[in-house]
Amino acid sequence: MKFRSVFDVIGPVMIGPSSSHTAGAARIGKMARQLYGRQPKWAKIHLYGSFAKTYQGHGTDVAIVGGLLDFDTFDERIRQAFELAEEAGMAYEFIEEEGASEHPNTARIKIGDDESDFELVGISIGGGKAEITEINGFELRLSGENPAILVLHNDRHGAIASVTSVLADNKINIGHMEVSRRDKGKEAMMIIETDQRIPDEIMERLEGCDHILSVISITE
Amino acid sequence: MLFKNVSELIQATEENNISIAEVMIRQEVEETGKPREEIFAEMGRNLDIMEKSVEDGLNGVKSTSGLTGGDAVLLKNYMEKGNTLSGELVLDVISKAVATNEVNAAMGTICATPTAGSAGCVPGVLFGLKPRLNPTRKQMINFLFTAGAFGQVIANNAMISGAAGGCQAEVGSAAGMASAAAVEMAGGTPQQSAEAMSMTLKNMLGLVCDPVAGLVEVPCVKRNAMGSSQAIVSADMALAGVTSRIPCDEVIGAMFRIGKSMPSTLRETGEGGLAATPTGRALAAKIFGPAAASKEG
Repeated sequence: MKFRSVFDVIGPVMIGPSSSHTAGAARIGKMARQLYGRQPKWAKIHLYGSFAKTYQGHGTDVAIVGGLLDFDTFDERIRQAFELAEEAGMAYEFIEEEGASEHPNTARIKIGDDESDFELVGISIGGGKAEITEINGFELRLSGENPAILVLHNDRHGAIASVTSVLADNKINIGHMEVSRRDKGKEAMMIIETDQRIPDEIMERLEGCDHILSVISITE
Repeated sequence: MLFKNVSELIQATEENNISIAEVMIRQEVEETGKPREEIFAEMGRNLDIMEKSVEDGLNGVKSTSGLTGGDAVLLKNYMEKGNTLSGELVLDVISKAVATNEVNAAMGTICATPTAGSAGCVPGVLFGLKPRLNPTRKQMINFLFTAGAFGQVIANNAMISGAAGGCQAEVGSAAGMASAAAVEMAGGTPQQSAEAMSMTLKNMLGLVCDPVAGLVEVPCVKRNAMGSSQAIVSADMALAGVTSRIPCDEVIGAMFRIGKSMPSTLRETGEGGLAATPTGRALAAKIFGPAAASKEG
């Protein structure tokens, strides 16, 4: 069940004109921004399928840039996202990809600054919903049927246990979990698929756990 | 989940002797853990956004491309003169549906139901029926939960985006959701809601997504007018006791298979159908320049 809430279908409240190409695109951009954790200085946005063919007419470009500026789907500033990106000091570039992608509305977003860079692939699945399918070259093997979160953390002992114990305390069952890291002792991530949607207050508790950098829902 | 398909949804209403809206609300409580009042208030905010979009559109808006805008005003003025062919109710419904989609095309604020391109059908039917049925605010919010219940079934068992399944999945779904909710607000049974949904969606099967210049404007805005008028007709048919020979879940299954077999040129790429007509290509060239027109075409 990809669409678990009635507000996935009656909603989101958004700036037009397209839920998949505008609102869903904004959400992919915002998820990238949240995972990166700060305003990137540059963004290279590769568009595939219907995104590549129709992005200008649908405002997909301003929506993704708006998302990278941390705007929500209903934020009227999306319309001026290009000007606001310039003010925020973020250079951006769009690349129309000819190649096929598994999903018609796919975007590969590469962002960064002088310190570090980050890459994700997101798909817009309709009605404003978006999913992340790849992060920093690591393919997320999600069933897509259950809610999923992504936890970025420092690779220290106890980080994984602290997250799973919060979930256990709140009777949230884990259906699938993956852990990966770039280098030993550095940044690492967990992808956790759960049977139930994790309420906001528990997401906040997860963020407060030891060694946790950020926690986001990747099935928005 | 309390229901995965329409037959389980109807069963849940019958076993508990509750409305479709009530099943949807209970499921949302179960799914999110949020209090019922909060969920109801959130839907109330969506209702307010819809009402505002309708008002803005009826005052007249214009999209940046210049392709759409102003038709809601024409329809309202024509309706107010009286002496229409399809009657005041239908004209009221379609003017409000068009109003919403014109606001959407102008990058205004709307509530996606289930998508932005199909955002006109549900509020068009709801606010068009308002003067006739005089619903309370609670009934209007319930209308949206009922529409949402059917929309959720379609989204999980088929698709709701034009890129995935063509316009049948967008305006088709929206019109079906609106007709089911109209039946409930008019006092019909849950089963009659399902019949209305089936009849609406059956007539939308095969409808392609072929937007001119790739914009959510032509033919999207007018398709919302047609979808919402059909929602009213199907609702009346169901209330009259007419039933669909093909059950609702099987109609949704048919829509899914048709969507899967649709070529990508007819799934929101702006490459086929009306987008590929001489005029469609000329409009694309005018808006985005000749290079864009050849890319689109």
